[in-house]
Amino acid sequence: MASTNHKRFNTRAGRAFDVLNIVLLTVVGLLAVLPFVYVLAGSFATELEITTRPFFLWPNEFTTTSYESILSSDVIVRAFATTVAVTFVGTLVQLALTVLMAYPLSKTDLPGRRTVLGLVVFTMVFSAGMIPTFLVVKDLGLLDTYWALILPMAINPFSLIIIKNFFQQLPQELEESAKIDGANELQVLRHVVVPLSKPVLATFALFYAVGIWNDYLSPLLYLSDTGKWTLQMILRQVTAAASLSADELNSDVPPPAQGIKFAVVIIATIPVLLAYPFLQKHFAKGMLIGSVKG
Amino acid sequence: MTTALEVDREPPAARAPRPSARRRLRAMARYRWLFFLMLPGVLYFALFRFWPMWGARIAFKNYIPFLGVDGSEWVGLAHFREFLSNPDFLRLLTNTLIVAALTLFIAFPLTIVLALLLNELRLQVLKRTVQTLVYIPHFLSWTVVVSITALLFAIGNGPLWTFFGWLSGSDANMLADPDWFRPLILMQEVWKNTGWGTIIFLAALAGVDQEQYEAAVIDGAGRWHRVRHITIPSILPTIMVLLILQTGQILNTGFEQIYLMSNSLNRTVADVFDTYVYFAGIEQGAYSYATAVGLFKAIVGLVLIFGTNWLAKRFNQQGIF
Repeated sequence: MASTNHKRFNTRAGRAFDVLNIVLLTVVGLLAVLPFVYVLAGSFATELEITTRPFFLWPNEFTTTSYESILSSDVIVRAFATTVAVTFVGTLVQLALTVLMAYPLSKTDLPGRRTVLGLVVFTMVFSAGMIPTFLVVKDLGLLDTYWALILPMAINPFSLIIIKNFFQQLPQELEESAKIDGANELQVLRHVVVPLSKPVLATFALFYAVGIWNDYLSPLLYLSDTGKWTLQMILRQVTAAASLSADELNSDVPPPAQGIKFAVVIIATIPVLLAYPFLQKHFAKGMLIGSVKG
Repeated sequence: MTTALEVDREPPAARAPRPSARRRLRAMARYRWLFFLMLPGVLYFALFRFWPMWGARIAFKNYIPFLGVDGSEWVGLAHFREFLSNPDFLRLLTNTLIVAALTLFIAFPLTIVLALLLNELRLQVLKRTVQTLVYIPHFLSWTVVVSITALLFAIGNGPLWTFFGWLSGSDANMLADPDWFRPLILMQEVWKNTGWGTIIFLAALAGVDQEQYEAAVIDGAGRWHRVRHITIPSILPTIMVLLILQTGQILNTGFEQIYLMSNSLNRTVADVFDTYVYFAGIEQGAYSYATAVGLFKAIVGLVLIFGTNWLAKRFNQQGIF
């Protein structure tokens, strides 16, 4: 940032620091992804190679047997499909609810606005906790339905306020002229506000999507029917065996083969990694725009 | 992102003379579309955020699902007393505070250091590349992070199991060893969130007036002096706000990570308030008791967040409310 200005004031110590900094940050950058690269390499390696080589970033012998056995497993394929569907529907529902609430709250003259905003902020610092929320979901008859993975977290108060702040600083003239042309508020929202906010909304849609995809607590709490389990639950089931001691593994069921564990981790991560470039393009910008004070 | 908490700062409108009921009704009619649009969101907050708060009164009852909340008998603060006098309480508090302290005193400073180092990096291509890489782990689920940990520490063939085993000369199962629980939690936390945490500091640093640096250079300030007297003071307000937020969150250790990392062998050091609520409430069905534990945690959290905010304001720093 302050780079170009003081180049000519470089000292020897400064240059030494620069070199050190470059080396250090390169190592940090590599450490951030190496564990994942190891798992990726392991997912294409043979059982023998996984159990004999302590660390590798490229398999000696390339094989896809781990993925083949996953694809032949009904359980994992179904879990993948349902998780994709739940994430897709859930993201749409959550984003729609957030936008519909953020827009009226962006109107500073709305009666009762301060009260509603105050209550929203209150939910950020105080929540009734896991059990009362669980009981509400139960009372609403949502247990063992996919809605239980979507509705209890439908609006993230942080996202709501950031989107509200963003709407608030859009130029009012466009909305006014649309209204003069006879548009109602819903039409203004659909045809003026939303098109102007596409990058920000795309960012929050991706955050919601990643949140649903990665969610483990909700399926753990609300889905007791194993046939409905999401991918994260299956992943846990497949890899958990390794996190227990040998004594506890002393069951009559043999622990799942190593390769499958590697491959399931990859399968559960790939969609997030595919979304990442789009996320990265926008998140910093979206966060910054949104945090401009309302 | 933190400034998002400053919901509104504009001065309240000058108090208008009380309008007549009919006038008010007409004004409301003008906003009917907006109220209509807001309805689903309001319903959401009422159902999933405030109704549970009303339901939380079972913490003061002996809730029996068959009898319903209203049919169950009131017991006052019995569940709270039971929890506070339970030996579990001190163990949970210790475990929770240690995990929180590790985050606050090791992970958080590491984030600041990483942000400062990134800010000093002159090679823009490398800076962008490193940023891209270190943000990635933030988007992986705890399930994935814990699964990767299990693979890295797998007995016999895990790379980190081999490495640490070689360092310490033992072939223990680190994943089940209570002594390894906290180091593992910290490692995961640092790996997952340090990079992501730098965003907010880098954003604050991007706003620093470059003329300050130029003036400092002309005055003969070296690199370290510029960092100390310009860069660090410019992120101090951000650090304060994050500290306040983190202090308020001190009892929220995050359920998923701890739950996924705990097993029957490390439960003594692993159990924190959040997982305890789950085990007591969902697994053992002690709804009232678990609700009381959760409520206790939430109230302490509320006190902490307002307390630190008040302190920050007293010391003339920016608060968040």
